Amino acid sequence: MKFRGKIVDIACLNHFTRVITTISKLTKMCVLRLTPDNLYFVLSGKVANGGVSMWCELSQANFFDEYQMEGVSSEANEICLEVTPENLSRALKTVQSAKAVKIKLTKKHCPCLTIAAELPTMSSINRVVTHDVPVDVIPRRLWHEFKEPSMPDFDVSIYLPPLKTLKNIVDRMKNLSNFLVVEANLNGEMNLKIETDLVSVTTHFKDLGNPPWGDDASQDGGPSQSRDPDDMAQARVDIRKLQQFLMGQQVNPSKSMCNIVHQRILHLILLHEDVSLQYFIPAVA
Amino acid sequence: MLCVCVCAYRPVLAKAIQSLSRIGDELYVEPQEDGLALRSVNSSRSAYACFLFAPLFFTRYTIPSGHAFRCKMAIKSVQAVFRSLASLEKTVEKCHIELDGQKNRLTFTLHCRHGLLKTHNLSFQDSESLQAVFDKDSCANVFRAQPRLLVDTVVHFPPSLEEVTVSVSDERMWVRNHVEEEAEQSKAMLTELCLASDEFDHFAAQAHNSITFCLKELRGLLVFAESTGLPISIYFDEPGSPVVLSVTDNVLEGNFVLATLSDDASLRKNNTERVRTSPPPPPPPDDFMNDDMDSYLIAMDTSIAPGPSTSRPPTTPLADSTCSKQPAAANHRTRLHSEVEEEDETSDTDKPPNKKFCSLFFGSVLPPSSQMSTQPLTKQEVLASDSEDDTPGD
Repeated sequence: MKFRGKIVDIACLNHFTRVITTISKLTKMCVLRLTPDNLYFVLSGKVANGGVSMWCELSQANFFDEYQMEGVSSEANEICLEVTPENLSRALKTVQSAKAVKIKLTKKHCPCLTIAAELPTMSSINRVVTHDVPVDVIPRRLWHEFKEPSMPDFDVSIYLPPLKTLKNIVDRMKNLSNFLVVEANLNGEMNLKIETDLVSVTTHFKDLGNPPWGDDASQDGGPSQSRDPDDMAQARVDIRKLQQFLMGQQVNPSKSMCNIVHQRILHLILLHEDVSLQYFIPAVA
Repeated sequence: MLCVCVCAYRPVLAKAIQSLSRIGDELYVEPQEDGLALRSVNSSRSAYACFLFAPLFFTRYTIPSGHAFRCKMAIKSVQAVFRSLASLEKTVEKCHIELDGQKNRLTFTLHCRHGLLKTHNLSFQDSESLQAVFDKDSCANVFRAQPRLLVDTVVHFPPSLEEVTVSVSDERMWVRNHVEEEAEQSKAMLTELCLASDEFDHFAAQAHNSITFCLKELRGLLVFAESTGLPISIYFDEPGSPVVLSVTDNVLEGNFVLATLSDDASLRKNNTERVRTSPPPPPPPDDFMNDDMDSYLIAMDTSIAPGPSTSRPPTTPLADSTCSKQPAAANHRTRLHSEVEEEDETSDTDKPPNKKFCSLFFGSVLPPSSQMSTQPLTKQEVLASDSEDDTPGD
């Protein structure tokens, strides 16, 4: 099991740091899956984390100038590590000016992801900083828990309004209620609603557009085709989970959308060139 | 008894107070012949800081001769005088500090533009003299660096980190975060930074040691050093003896004295029993190093009080020359001494020390005549009050 990567380009380093910082805002612990082509940050929906799950996929070639890995075996050429993204984020943040950053899987006092950076100095010798971030190696028998979640058989898929706008609204709604209803239809309309004994608040968005999923979508040309465009699909979610997602957002996605499985799940997707981040929030009754 | 200090307003005074506030809750003020001393110490007495503003710093510096005077007050109230540094810098032209012993008043008058006067009257308490005993000139390891280098170093460590370990070789300095327990190690992130000697203005490492000390106070000094652009000198010897960080220019001097952890991490996590059976790698100079707390104590030499430190070999108390010019009353020394002794005794019971850094290096300064003598001070046992009357005038 070997892993070694090197980032030289400062824009890549910056981007990589922002992705990891975003993830660190979403979860305390997650699983980092390394494959020859991709890095995945995975949070599987367990009760302990409120049923929320996350899947973030990065193509290594877009970040790393050098990338070498050797998995557990030739037929299972992968490495699965449990990491604290907060630590990774902190380590990366302090080396933003580095000439080069290496990320290695090392065996120190415990298995670590070692982030080593050469910092520019006035002196002839570079200043070297290393951060050893402890990780847990996940045994192969548990790998099945960290497979890509299948696209839910959603009722409605819709582009999101600017995330900043959403955040402002959700932040305010959070003061009034613990739960928020997200509803959307195939006519490009989306509503955010809270309802309490004292007050009902709804924010309406229109002309958002519905992404064309075509044949890729898992619904087999299914329900959304036959659906009445004005018919709303809705999910009632824990407002803190949604807020957390909007708050930590540092990726500046080129596309952001959301899929709703009626009364079951809210599936948020952010796409930014080479990065995709999916976040699943279960609906509550 | 009236002391008056007047200076053109300079942010350095406010910055000094700000960095002292990172150390302790109280500000000790002592107008001395060689300048105005501002000091602070933390509650566990493991960190001490002193700024001495030379008379030349002030346009007017008058203190009554032949009468030592000292007081202390909550540092917060002094900070309040210099709140919103940025705007003060633009508006204040002159700063007038007046210590009135009769009225028990410390008055700060800020002369602002357009003839505006801001007067802050602070009350104070009399206090013992606060003086750490340290001798930075005899330290084997001496470094001097621009504040930027240390700021860039410290930034790699999280704000929550308490202690750092600094190791040196002939050519390099390593700075690491200190992780306490072995159990924590599997969880904790370790950060290490390696600095080459030529990044320093001065690099002299005669003893290749590692020391561990609190980061918080260093950060406090950095606030000051960065704003004044003064290089920081670092002096240390060996684990357990304090590290001294100092900044100097021709009108002011600042010294931060910080306790360092005694030698071995394995020493601290166990009780005395264990320590006895496994002495630290460099063998302690005497049989009474059975408690690692002892190794924090420096210059606690001539005590004749019963207790574990009694039979430590007398080490000559050497006070830093610049901070020790005023003769201080022996009773102050006694008082501080007794506190140290108390802590010592607690540590000698089977309870392991709960503080990682313990109280140390306090004793106020001996009069110059007795400074070099190893003869015990008979007054030391007396728990005297710290009233001014006992102070011998000079």
